[in-house]
Amino acid sequence: MRSTGHDQQKQRTLWQRMHIDLPLLAGILVLMTLGLFVVYSAGGQESAMLIRHAKRVGVALFVMFIVAQIPPLSYRKWAVPVFVLGLLLLTAVLLFGHVGKGAQRWLDLGFTKFQPSEIMKLVVPIMIAWYVSQYDLPTKISKIIIAFILVLLPTLLIARQPDLGTSLLIASSGIFVIFLAGASWKLIGTCAALASAFAPILWMFLMKPYQKQRVLTFLNPEQDPLGSGYHIIQSKIAIGSGGIQGKGWLQGTQSQLEFLPERHTDFIFAVFSEEFGLVGVGLLLTVYLAIVMRGLWIAVNAQHAFTKLLAGSLTLTFFVYVFVNIGMVSGLLPVVGVPLPLVSYGGTSMVTLMAGFGMLMAISTHRRFHA
Amino acid sequence: MAAKKRVAIRDHSAEANLFARRTFITFIGVLVLSLILFSNVYDLEVNSYQKYQTRSNSNRIKLLPVAPNRGLIYDRNGVLLADNKPVYSLEVIPEQVDDIKASLKELSQLLDISQEKQNKLLKALKSKRRFKPIELHSRLSDQQVSLFSVNQHKFPGFFIDARLKRYYPFADLTTHSLGYVARINRRDSIKLEEQGIADNYAATRNIGKLGLERYYQDILHGTIGHQEVEINNQGRVIRTLDFTPPVPGKDLTLTLDIELQMIAKRALSGKRGAVVAIDPRDGGVLAMYSNPSFDGNLFVHGISSKKYKKLLDPKSNKPLLNRTVQGYPPASTIKPLLALTGLNEGIITPETEIYDPGFYQLPGIETKRRDWKKWGHGKVNLTKSLEQSCNVYYYDLAYKLGITRISKMMEKFGFGELTGIDIHEESRAIMPSVEWKRGRYNQNWYTGETLSVGIGQSFWTVTPLQLSQAISILVNKGEIKVPHLLKATTEVVTDTANNNQQTTIVTDYQVDEKPPIVLKDKNNWDIVLDGLHNTVQKVGATGYSAFKGSKYDAAGKTGSAQTANLAQDEKYDATKVQENKRDNAMFIAFAPYESPEIVVAVAIENVAKGGGGANAAPVARQIMDQYFGDREIISQDKNKHPLHDNVYHQDISQSANKNSGNQ
Repeated sequence: MRSTGHDQQKQRTLWQRMHIDLPLLAGILVLMTLGLFVVYSAGGQESAMLIRHAKRVGVALFVMFIVAQIPPLSYRKWAVPVFVLGLLLLTAVLLFGHVGKGAQRWLDLGFTKFQPSEIMKLVVPIMIAWYVSQYDLPTKISKIIIAFILVLLPTLLIARQPDLGTSLLIASSGIFVIFLAGASWKLIGTCAALASAFAPILWMFLMKPYQKQRVLTFLNPEQDPLGSGYHIIQSKIAIGSGGIQGKGWLQGTQSQLEFLPERHTDFIFAVFSEEFGLVGVGLLLTVYLAIVMRGLWIAVNAQHAFTKLLAGSLTLTFFVYVFVNIGMVSGLLPVVGVPLPLVSYGGTSMVTLMAGFGMLMAISTHRRFHA
Repeated sequence: MAAKKRVAIRDHSAEANLFARRTFITFIGVLVLSLILFSNVYDLEVNSYQKYQTRSNSNRIKLLPVAPNRGLIYDRNGVLLADNKPVYSLEVIPEQVDDIKASLKELSQLLDISQEKQNKLLKALKSKRRFKPIELHSRLSDQQVSLFSVNQHKFPGFFIDARLKRYYPFADLTTHSLGYVARINRRDSIKLEEQGIADNYAATRNIGKLGLERYYQDILHGTIGHQEVEINNQGRVIRTLDFTPPVPGKDLTLTLDIELQMIAKRALSGKRGAVVAIDPRDGGVLAMYSNPSFDGNLFVHGISSKKYKKLLDPKSNKPLLNRTVQGYPPASTIKPLLALTGLNEGIITPETEIYDPGFYQLPGIETKRRDWKKWGHGKVNLTKSLEQSCNVYYYDLAYKLGITRISKMMEKFGFGELTGIDIHEESRAIMPSVEWKRGRYNQNWYTGETLSVGIGQSFWTVTPLQLSQAISILVNKGEIKVPHLLKATTEVVTDTANNNQQTTIVTDYQVDEKPPIVLKDKNNWDIVLDGLHNTVQKVGATGYSAFKGSKYDAAGKTGSAQTANLAQDEKYDATKVQENKRDNAMFIAFAPYESPEIVVAVAIENVAKGGGGANAAPVARQIMDQYFGDREIISQDKNKHPLHDNVYHQDISQSANKNSGNQ
């Protein structure tokens, strides 16, 4: 390993000097390109929407590039103050937030609207990774409890907005750090048991009626095919009618004739599978897996516990996006608002994701100079 | 530095190994979860492909029914009597309108739509199927169509629908035979459902409600077509995928002659009455007109309650009543048939004479029944009895025959029975008999009533149609051909296999026959027919003056009926008592005598003075003059008929007004 590193060090490419991880970038660009095609189809072949999406893709790539230039270990200095600021902003959102689509997610700063939960998607793994990496691995139980509390605070604040999808992503980003840091299996077993015991309480007291409805709909979408079950039924019809080969680009009747709701955002996977079939889905999953593999490779090869944990968490959270989105669109999971990463239309989450990939690239390319 | 120190004591390789193990475990998890995702999509796209493809298609593909064009109706000479004309209606799909009341108000101002129609629509809103259009205005003028088209963008959900609607160019002239079509109502729907043909009517809005339009509904309607279209989630049609054209209904050619109808209308103008003309050779109805009549077009678009009330108004003289199939006392017009019955039963011979002192008395009874001629006809034989319409002769004959023999024979001539003509509105009228009276009034038959039957009075009523049919049987010497209005059906068959070549198939109407009436002596037919010939041809006979100078050899019989019986179903109306007490004028005729081509029966209610000879016979004369070529209305091009044009371009409401104004 060391000798390989030595070789690489010797022949530092232009890409490495630019802090770009080429395999990762290749995967990302493939997904973004697919995204452009599918958004164009799902958006009713409207070029204005395509251009807006392309601009966001550009902005996201730029953000990734900038973030990649920052040495990753320097994040640690900012972890605590930014985390505290994030919690304050989340509280502010609950108190004075802007209501959109029945949830308070936006903070109106006067010149722009701002979604603090997006920042927390990056801040939480940094914070937990920083906290856990200060101590020996495997982490001691007392530290794990503190780490848990640190994860729970932003998760609950976001769940209150309510934004189940984001709180789920943030919780998993923290929990992945704890898991990768070597939490004992006994503890994991206990937590799983506690969580299942907690589920009824969650159902009875904490979940909003619309969230309960989503779960009920998930369990039996045909119960109300024109109402709450409509999304998932139309989505399954779109996927199922795609068959092996798909109906062809721009030929998906479920999407082109607008039977499929939310087709360019959360349900874009249904459009993709309708038009590209099982073959397309296989390819898409392969690209996602390749990105995950590259991310984990970067994590394993990172030289500091903090960067290992952060890289692992970012990569696995990325996969959670994929799994939750495809799972809900194909009827495996209840509907929670999670986009298909790097493909769905919608700027904010893509910028956050790409900032995360920027960090991964930084971890991958900066390591030589911190050892 | 503390941090550095701590790092120093950490076991880096152990930590790296732990991290690598954990990462490996999560990667296995990632692989497993990816496999789950993929196998789920595999299940959807491969195992359940058929199911979801079907559901996807049923989402987007809708089968729209396409109504067939209704068959047209022509008269015997090819003059169009029932047409389909394009009509523009304003429709709305309420689900696509944000504020239906506001839009409706604005639109009504723009197009000048009455409050009544708006209210009707709002009412209809409550009981309708989702995303089904409902009609706001059934007949837009050209101006309204263009006004709406310019402003259509302001009214989403509203649209103009062009469809063919029935139009009767001759309006009231043909209504009682043709009938009319009108909107399919709940009762019609139930009936179609019971007959199992509701599917064929999925796109049809109107159905025959009266006359031939009702009787031949199935033939005229045709077969539904289907348009397979792709729709979006709003139900909007994106494109047509497949089209199965409807098969139009068959065209009908009638035995009616519209020119004879015109003559009949003119001859009956200002009177209440009916004319039926039949070709005895095949039972085809040449003319069938009841006056006053009404315009069937009013019902096609849904008649307004105001106009309907007007039709029901007693002052309008019951235009809805089809007098050609309504019972009237036949009076003396049935004397030839009674004479025939007498001859057949051997009660009289042509030579039998009676003495008529001006009255008739039953043996042992004081009451005298007077002849219409105070001083009597003196010695009367059969021929004279018909020529002079001698009542005493028939009192005596009826007395000798008895009611049972009379009614048995008269039933063979179709009285008291439906003739079987191809409209449903026919009445049986009444052929009285001992059983009938017991059934109807639970009373015994009195001999005095038999005498009245002898002169076509008492309970006896016949429809002008029955009367013309009975005379047809007489001139056919017992052969019975069921009267009918349909002459032929025309159908255009498209051969899809052979380059869509179209062939026209004309199917002639098969005349129905009933078992003939067989007399003991065939000569008796001629004796009676000769009597009728004399009645018209002999100077001074009752039918002479009406047919004086005609170019054809006619025969006939007059009749004048007291109207006491008719009053049964009429309400007492003080202002009309005088008129209602007047006699009905009746007349039957046929020509040419040697080989009859036309039989005419005329009934006119409550004539001012004179009987059938003075009032009804001239109507028959005009019909026959027209028939035998003394044509007042002659034209080669039936579509540019002088009178035809006249009626064709009249505004529908105007013709209705004019019609009632004539009365």
